Amino acid sequence: MNMKARLFSYNLIDTPIHRLSGLTKLICFLFLTFAVMFSYDIRMILGVMLFSLLILKLSRIRYSQIRLMILYVLIFLLTNAVISFFFAPEQGVSIYGTRHNIVSLFGVTTLTWEQIFYQVTKFFKYASVIPLGIIFLLTTNPSEFASSLNGIGVNYKAAFAVALTLRYFPDIQRDYHDISLAQQARGLDLSHKAKFTDRFKNSLLIVIPLIFSSLDRIELISNAMDLRGFSKSKTRTWYTSRKLNKQDYFALAISALIFVATILVSVFVNHSRFYNPFI
Amino acid sequence: MIKEAIVEFQDFSFQYYSQSEPTLHDINLKIFAGEKILIVGPSGSGKSTLGHCLNGLIPFSYRGEIKGSLKIKGFETQGQDIFKLSKMVGTVLQDADGQFVGLTVGEDIAFAMENDNVPQPEMRTRIEKVARMVDMQDWLTSSPFELSGGQKQRTSLAGVMIDDVDLLLFDEPLANLDPATGKTAIEIIDDIHKNSQKTIVIIEHRLEDVLHRDIDRVIVVNDGRIIADMNAHELVSSTILTENGIREPLYVTALKYAGVKVTSDMLPGHITTLKTEFSRDALNIWHNAIKQDMRQNTNSSILEMENVSFSYDGVRRILADINFDIREGEMVSVVGKNGAGKSTLSKLLCGFEKEDQGTIRYKDRDIQDQTIKERAEIIGVVMQNPNQMISKAMIYDEVALGLRLRHIPEEQITQRVEKVLKICGLAPFIEWPISSLSYGQKKRVTIASILVLDPKIIILDEPTAGQDFRHYTEIMEFLVEINKLGVTIILITHDMHLMLEYTPRAIVLAGGRKIADTAASVVLTDAHVIEDANLKETSLFNLAKMAGIEDGTHFVQGFIDYERGLKNR
Repeated sequence: MNMKARLFSYNLIDTPIHRLSGLTKLICFLFLTFAVMFSYDIRMILGVMLFSLLILKLSRIRYSQIRLMILYVLIFLLTNAVISFFFAPEQGVSIYGTRHNIVSLFGVTTLTWEQIFYQVTKFFKYASVIPLGIIFLLTTNPSEFASSLNGIGVNYKAAFAVALTLRYFPDIQRDYHDISLAQQARGLDLSHKAKFTDRFKNSLLIVIPLIFSSLDRIELISNAMDLRGFSKSKTRTWYTSRKLNKQDYFALAISALIFVATILVSVFVNHSRFYNPFI
Repeated sequence: MIKEAIVEFQDFSFQYYSQSEPTLHDINLKIFAGEKILIVGPSGSGKSTLGHCLNGLIPFSYRGEIKGSLKIKGFETQGQDIFKLSKMVGTVLQDADGQFVGLTVGEDIAFAMENDNVPQPEMRTRIEKVARMVDMQDWLTSSPFELSGGQKQRTSLAGVMIDDVDLLLFDEPLANLDPATGKTAIEIIDDIHKNSQKTIVIIEHRLEDVLHRDIDRVIVVNDGRIIADMNAHELVSSTILTENGIREPLYVTALKYAGVKVTSDMLPGHITTLKTEFSRDALNIWHNAIKQDMRQNTNSSILEMENVSFSYDGVRRILADINFDIREGEMVSVVGKNGAGKSTLSKLLCGFEKEDQGTIRYKDRDIQDQTIKERAEIIGVVMQNPNQMISKAMIYDEVALGLRLRHIPEEQITQRVEKVLKICGLAPFIEWPISSLSYGQKKRVTIASILVLDPKIIILDEPTAGQDFRHYTEIMEFLVEINKLGVTIILITHDMHLMLEYTPRAIVLAGGRKIADTAASVVLTDAHVIEDANLKETSLFNLAKMAGIEDGTHFVQGFIDYERGLKNR
């Protein structure tokens, strides 16, 4: 198997994080995500982010595995920040109720410390979800993930569909890689030398065979599943589902604590979802 | 004792809604409990459709009109759903990779039980038991990436046996396996048959390989009808096989070449049962009379690998110290089991991957610095699955693609495409959509789309995988034609017939090393090479031994030369 071709897939190693049940990881993920989504307190957000980076380290995920994903998200967040500044440059002022001008831009709008603070907070808020998502996706066995989704009440067919998608990701990536090479051998130019429109058209030359070979795969797997009784009854059991153990409860407790702490800080310390350093 | 019919087709016909003609006509067939049946037939004969009717994929997944009756264990199948049928008929599909539902062996075996809401502790004990039957008990936590083709197939087998079905249906079990693994698969199926008394139905077109072990009856299907229903000895000694496009066992072909009239008294169904006392003299006389093919390729070198090594991760070497020299106009096969480094070798030749050490030369010129695109001018590669290459709707556009990407003027393109389509026998289809072609024709389109670029060398990955005898012969004869035009051809394969019949020379890889580089007849009679490369001794060699011919390799080579002589006449 070509490791160079694999970018993004569940990796089987043994760490305390991998050992947690999928259900635990899903609930912890939701707790922590809700915590940072609820709070606009940068101290709490940075706290959660540091915590999740620590967990990322603990789960031995290599930077090379996630580089591409991180790059895309950062580009998205930065564009988002620029756009939201030009659409609502006074958002910070209206939230924090004070005005500390820094500089006037293009004579039409003013950059304020409030706006910067608000946007930095927002940036980290979204950015802190990335390590959480990465940890969840890369340390959870797709089948176990499906069983956890089913465990919290999601229809098992939908849950299984998600798991199958995750499971076939590496296969499809490998197909993509092979097809791309074969098409390049026929003269396809994917380098930056080609014009953008050409590159778009050229990428279709890879995507179309990829779709057709994936359709073959789907027909086969759905036949195989039918033949072994998938979807015959309303419920199913899971070979990979696990009973929660001590570590699971510990992880659940920590993330619940963080969640509750953010809410308490908002209610009793900040008296709002925002932390206001300007008053 | 009256045997109980477990399967009973009565005046059964089936027509897919998408087709204008019925695929099965007036099928009348009884299969009795505990029998072991082989269904053979060429592609498109209806044998797979027959299998789909047994396991319920028809009419559950593939819709169509059914006439007549099909009863399984006395129940009319039309009144049942696929789930009830799946408790009586367990199906092992041909693609062991594609049907692997779980992420690990244990999970895959558990799949049917999960759907039955079996509680986890019971699942574990049942898995343990059934995994033992197929010898996979030590692999329960392994993922499909870590398994060989044979292990994946055994996992699938365990996955259907977990339900204690009455009938096991194998749909082309040999299609994706190397010769040695295929042989083991047939042995495992036979052992399960003997130990469990289950009814076994095998659908396959590779007759000789299935006849490695006993079969009670062979049913020949063609054009949607049952052509024959008899035991292996009668079938092999009749003309039914050749008339219906099924390859007869090689040793039977050899007997016929030697002028022996093959009759069922000789028990020719299996090489192990064959009686040779009456044919010994004829074989010896025939063998001694064969003129040896002394032609040698004396052209200069076109492609050379010198001390080439490669590793993906810098730790495990996929290829180690590979040396070979291929002459212009040769037709060579590269063989070896999965993971031996065959595909990596072709990737290095095409420039898809870069060798860590060593040199690759084209006509004595180092091609290390050439890009994928530049190498493509010299070396074309045809992938195994045509769907992985085809990206246009129309045949003309598909073949023209590589030329258009090279910005060649359109009038030249038309000329070259027309010429290539003519060579490939696709000229009448020039304005057809690709979707209307058969698998074999699609394969030709992909070969044409490479050939149009005028490469000097073509590498084909398993060009005949999944093809029946007729399509196999068509594709291979076509490659011979191209080869005669001066194109050097490298075939990556585990098809032993292909090696024997079409490539005078075979390069054998095992564990990333070259372990043999010699005539196919030598490779397929050398016990060490056979063992290391997961090949299988050819039955011709056994025949030679049984006939008292000492030099078996020479006998096999004689057979090849004789056959080539027939073709060239």
